[in-house]
Amino acid sequence: MGAVAATFEMAGFRALLELADDALILGHRLSEWCGHAPTLEEDLALANMGLDLLGQARALYAHAGEIEGKGRGEDDLAFLRRERDYVNCLLVERPNGDFAATMARQLYFAAFMHPFWRAIAASSNDATLAGIAAKAEKEMAYHLRHCGEWVIRLGDGTAESARRMQAAVDELHRYTGELFEASPVREKAVADGLLPDPGTVRAEWERTIAMVFSQAGLTAPEVRVPQSGGREGLHGEDMGHLLAEMQFMQRAYPGLTW
Amino acid sequence: MYSQGLIGVDSSTTESEEFLSLFQARVDREEKIEPNDPMPEGYRRTLVRQIGQHAHSEIVGMLPEGNWITRAPTLRRKIALLAKVQDEGGHGLYLYSAAETLGVSREQMTEELLSGKAKYSSIFNYPTLTWADIGAIGWLVDGAAIMNQIPLCRCSYGPYARAMIRVCKEESFHQRQGYEIMMALARGSDEQKEMAQDALNRWWWPSLMMFGPHDGESAHGEQSMAWKIKRFSNDELRQKFITATVPQAEFIGLTVPDPDLKFNAETGLYEHGEIDWVEFKAVVSGNGRMNRDRIRDRKQAHDDGAWVREAALAHAAKRAASRTVPQEAAE
Repeated sequence: MGAVAATFEMAGFRALLELADDALILGHRLSEWCGHAPTLEEDLALANMGLDLLGQARALYAHAGEIEGKGRGEDDLAFLRRERDYVNCLLVERPNGDFAATMARQLYFAAFMHPFWRAIAASSNDATLAGIAAKAEKEMAYHLRHCGEWVIRLGDGTAESARRMQAAVDELHRYTGELFEASPVREKAVADGLLPDPGTVRAEWERTIAMVFSQAGLTAPEVRVPQSGGREGLHGEDMGHLLAEMQFMQRAYPGLTW
Repeated sequence: MYSQGLIGVDSSTTESEEFLSLFQARVDREEKIEPNDPMPEGYRRTLVRQIGQHAHSEIVGMLPEGNWITRAPTLRRKIALLAKVQDEGGHGLYLYSAAETLGVSREQMTEELLSGKAKYSSIFNYPTLTWADIGAIGWLVDGAAIMNQIPLCRCSYGPYARAMIRVCKEESFHQRQGYEIMMALARGSDEQKEMAQDALNRWWWPSLMMFGPHDGESAHGEQSMAWKIKRFSNDELRQKFITATVPQAEFIGLTVPDPDLKFNAETGLYEHGEIDWVEFKAVVSGNGRMNRDRIRDRKQAHDDGAWVREAALAHAAKRAASRTVPQEAAE
């Protein structure tokens, strides 16, 4: 019971970490494209989206650290936790794959975060979080538009691009249910008025995805076994490699200023 | 970087004396030459080569720094580095556009880069081995690029000169950012200081080589100077760079790895030791540590992206054919 009470006490902190980890891990994934994108314009766009997410992560970690009150700053939280302590959803840690997979992942995420940030901005009783949300909502609107257009272009383009786009959707759709799950920690944060229930934006997410897929000629696969567990720190094997790379400097040279 | 772009350039031209002297008079009056103006074929060819190689340098230059984005030590550094590398991509974009005004396509230029026909700055054929290399590149490589590029803001060819104005503002920011990374290391632990000194040791000489061969060996420099594509000689620019940079190294307690470096009080300039031109020639001709890896990576990105570019064109063609108004994916 003690542990549960402690967890609930830290619900606000944990709920912020979920948002921050999603932004960090997806921002990191997008940054892996830098210099390797299909066109120069897209190299710039992927970096832009990565920068938006990393900027969100920074603000969220800094705020989470203040709420926690143990003196942990943005870099302690971003770089110095163990794999089981990261609470991002599984979708964002999925490897980049081909450009279709990266666009599908980004579309799924942005179609959720755009209305979710809007709802947070409108309803959170935490002024700092509401401020972060107001800025992030605008950024996610761009991600949604940009990736939605690419998914349509690739779904409609050539036989090969349509095949790749459908394959990306078939692979990643199973990870989308986790976006709307309310962990016990999140339920507490919802009850406390920090966040709205993520389930409330599900209908809008479904409408957006259906609209993009209909223009792209894509079919949403039936998901028999949804994948989730990220919010409890149960990740895929790729996550450990991502962290090993991302944390390298902080682990190899502990306690230094850069 | 641009002076390396002139290696082997053919600036010969076949226009009449009258045409050439009228053109020269415009250049001498400091008038900007614009895309549709008459110009000697040699002038156009020199610019296409130089701007193309400048653009390629920006694009290939994304790779060595990109090598550290996923390993940057803090969120602030990660964001700054990603933004910096993105800026370099943006520079590539303006430069390809400037070159396109001279009648060459980006696809054509990319083809030449990937086939090895077009060169890019030799500096990007060195590996980034530690985090300090990111500081050293910003400080030294962007610093050297600024020395080259500030005079290009007054280049006689209008589109190139205008592109350089924005590029120089960003490069100047990058240079300060790189120096700030070095300063943090130089004020840090012993291992951080050692990392910073090691990076300076490895990047100093290649940075001096960015200015190209000595003036006596730079075959087509004179014609480019007369056409005001180039305003200062390779050695003059190299000297300016050394004079600006040595005190910066001293200020943070790092040692420039040149035992022959001397300050000449009469001229107010530093005299540097001999540059290893054998190494320079080897790197320029494709035999540096990373030449093959750089081209392999660019080729792979190009090949892996082919289906995406084809799909975008196919989709655009279908849209045009059906004449429907594109609908936004987002509301």
